[in-house]
Amino acid sequence: MGAGHAHRLYRHGNSPVHRLPPHTKITAVLAFVLIVVSTPREAMWAFAVYAGLLALVAYAARVPPGFLLRRLLIEVPFVAFAVLLPFVAEGERTEVLGLSLSVEGLWGAWNVLAKGTLGVAASVLLAATTELRELLLGLQRLKLPPLLVQIASFMIRYGDVITDEMRRMRIARESRGFEARGVRHWGVLAKSAGALFIRSYERGERVHLAMVSRGYSGSMPVIDEVTASRAQWSHALALPAAALVVCLLGWVL
Amino acid sequence: MTADTTPAPPSLEVSGLAFAYPDGHQALFGVDFSIARGERVALLGPNGAGKTTLVLHLNGILTGGTGTVRVAGLPVDKRHMAEIRRRVGIVFQDPDDQLFMPTVREDVAFGPAASGLKGPELEERVDRALGLVGMREFKDRPPHHLSFGQRRRVAVATVLAMEPEILVLDEPSSNLDPASRRELADILRSLDVTVLMVTHDLPYALELCPRSLILSEGTIAADGPTAELLSDDELMRAHRLELPFGFDPRSVRASSAPS
Amino acid sequence: MHAPDGFIDAPISAAAGVLAAGAIAVSLRGARRELDERTAPLAGLVAAFIFAVQMLNFPVAAGTSGHLLGGALAAILVGPCTGVLCVSVVLLLQAFLFADGGLTALGVNITTMAIATAVTAYAVFRVLVTLLPRTRRSVTVASFAAALISVPASAVVFTLLYAIGGTTEVSIAKVATAMVGVHVLIGIGEAVITALTVGAVVAVRPDLVHGARGLRQRLKLRVNGELVDAPESEPAPARSPRKVWIAGLVASLVLAGFVSFYASANPDGLEKVATDHGIDEKAEEHPYADSPLADYAVKDVDDERLSGGLAGVIGVTVTVVAGTGVFWVVRRRRTDDGSGEPGDGRGRSDNDDSGRDGGGSDADSSSTTSSPV
Repeated sequence: MGAGHAHRLYRHGNSPVHRLPPHTKITAVLAFVLIVVSTPREAMWAFAVYAGLLALVAYAARVPPGFLLRRLLIEVPFVAFAVLLPFVAEGERTEVLGLSLSVEGLWGAWNVLAKGTLGVAASVLLAATTELRELLLGLQRLKLPPLLVQIASFMIRYGDVITDEMRRMRIARESRGFEARGVRHWGVLAKSAGALFIRSYERGERVHLAMVSRGYSGSMPVIDEVTASRAQWSHALALPAAALVVCLLGWVL
Repeated sequence: MTADTTPAPPSLEVSGLAFAYPDGHQALFGVDFSIARGERVALLGPNGAGKTTLVLHLNGILTGGTGTVRVAGLPVDKRHMAEIRRRVGIVFQDPDDQLFMPTVREDVAFGPAASGLKGPELEERVDRALGLVGMREFKDRPPHHLSFGQRRRVAVATVLAMEPEILVLDEPSSNLDPASRRELADILRSLDVTVLMVTHDLPYALELCPRSLILSEGTIAADGPTAELLSDDELMRAHRLELPFGFDPRSVRASSAPS
Repeated sequence: MHAPDGFIDAPISAAAGVLAAGAIAVSLRGARRELDERTAPLAGLVAAFIFAVQMLNFPVAAGTSGHLLGGALAAILVGPCTGVLCVSVVLLLQAFLFADGGLTALGVNITTMAIATAVTAYAVFRVLVTLLPRTRRSVTVASFAAALISVPASAVVFTLLYAIGGTTEVSIAKVATAMVGVHVLIGIGEAVITALTVGAVVAVRPDLVHGARGLRQRLKLRVNGELVDAPESEPAPARSPRKVWIAGLVASLVLAGFVSFYASANPDGLEKVATDHGIDEKAEEHPYADSPLADYAVKDVDDERLSGGLAGVIGVTVTVVAGTGVFWVVRRRRTDDGSGEPGDGRGRSDNDDSGRDGGGSDADSSSTTSSPV
């Protein structure tokens, strides 16, 4: 997963989806994913409809399909797991291309793949259309504990700074001819990690001093407030509403 | 100690300040000085002289030693802490420590918002502070996308937004390229506040501050016109202060002495 | 191993979400008590550190590499509460920003990767540090053991969740085999890295290692260059033994729950597996006698017993260790309270002191760093 984290998913844009207030988008995506997860796996058509719904959102958000598909790669470890399922699962078995596969396992694999993929796709759409800052404001608005939001916001602010320090430490190691090749070199890497922790912690202390110097007393002053109109809510919730209909049909049919 | 008697209470008055860290290491051994309103003063001293410790006393982050600190006549103690923190603006050495909010605008707004400012008033305050350092067009940028010099300027703005009585800068010129250095100097000169500048950068002190204090081994070892102190070779040597190669304070004296 | 959506069914995901939310609420209070108003910047920076260090690749061999999961490291370095918070925040942001781990699986992921690892690791660490002689080496050893156990413990919790809410009928023994087996291996890597990292920090700034607070003797002569300007404070009330007690109790309850569940579910599972394999072997052995699949199927039963046993052993060990820890702490506390001899408590004395007069020490420390506001 290493490199996957280095680049952010946000795509700058000014689509109707970008403009929706963050908390409406977060709510919509959460509701959508929850509905997808609750859909019976036998209703295969329902998942096709969900994918279609997401494609519509992606189109509205002007997120190119290639971008979306590339990010789905993050799922690969679970695809491997899903591929194993038909071989290891219990129950009645069936022959596919001469392999003995568990029917239950096949369903399970389909279930994990379909729901997992839709979940990732929905999250990618959210991340691609919502700036970091907005995301935090949205979470704050959705009553995530303020302290947690603060911690998250510090993490975002300093994530790059610390990652950068780590990169510089690696360059410093490599300039002195050190290259980690195997387990034998873990000691050196761990020392770097330890040093990185100390730097991070001390920076935390200095940041705290800087905050206190500007009047911080335990709670962040509210600078921005996000609000959403009824129309915005209804736009955002159109996605989970449509999904809900599909889900219910899936159960009934 | 300044002998001049000004009508307004001095911006900063430190007397008999001594402090030891909990681990027993004593950093300050009785510091006395005062800075009149509108003065620009440099605080010079070798590494480990207690400069940072002193700075952290100015807004009450460190307390518990002996002696007093007064800011515009107000003693630094628990009762006045919020007011003191508003009046003493400290610009820390690493702007990354100072700029902790996700965007420049929010960062500059942090101080005033913490003291209760809201809405258009807050916006206006932010704009004014960013205008003073020429960073208004960077309002919505995340701090880590700015150059080092720009970050330092924003750090100054975060403090200016609180409309402080005294601006305390910790190594303001460190890590700046010559152009950013000059830009910052221009900004500092244009401000109408009392400035205390903690620095190793002696030419910068000479350029900006008519008066200097030398802090050495936890006490004020010298206090006088910057050019005079810098020209006193013996004093300089005694306190491990060295001018850059080829720099002669006597030659620049005439050009930047007026305040 | 961030679980995606659809891996665990909706009710259990929701239940795990509630559990995670509760644990985070407790941790928020705990962290605030430990770090007071410094919580947000310090926990934020530590979260950023965990986030960064997860990207640090540790080469294993032949082009493969592993990386730290960080739960144990966080718990040892900054304490269980702050540790849980930091890892949870990392997971939260990974889910929202990088689509790593499903949004509905967030509760599951936080439960397994933040709570299970941090709480287990801290309990094990604390117990070992108390039992072993008070040296730096003990801290390293304890970190190793804590990280080693934390990873399979996380796998065990995941297996438990999967057992109740898995969307595919896989025998729990098989899931346990796969999860615990693989995670013991991962755990070894995690343990080595965690121990080395904690060792590196203890060597330079022992005061920063939360779990080694008691270790601080009079050996702080090193003045680290510029470090003087960041005065290290005694974070107001140090951990009271009660919290360790509760953590141990929770850990043992969770594990005990799992073990009993496992014990009751296992006969069924085994029986089922056995009959299945009866059928399997007929179908498979002939056409695939030399394929790895056939091997896998034949070996499976053995492995299952072995792994079932392994999981059980780990569960029981952890339970016993945690239980002993609880007992030890309780007994220790009683004797300390009774006699109050300074010689007896040694390194622990500062803990006990603050446990007794928590309110008073708060005021003391606030005068040194964090000023009252």
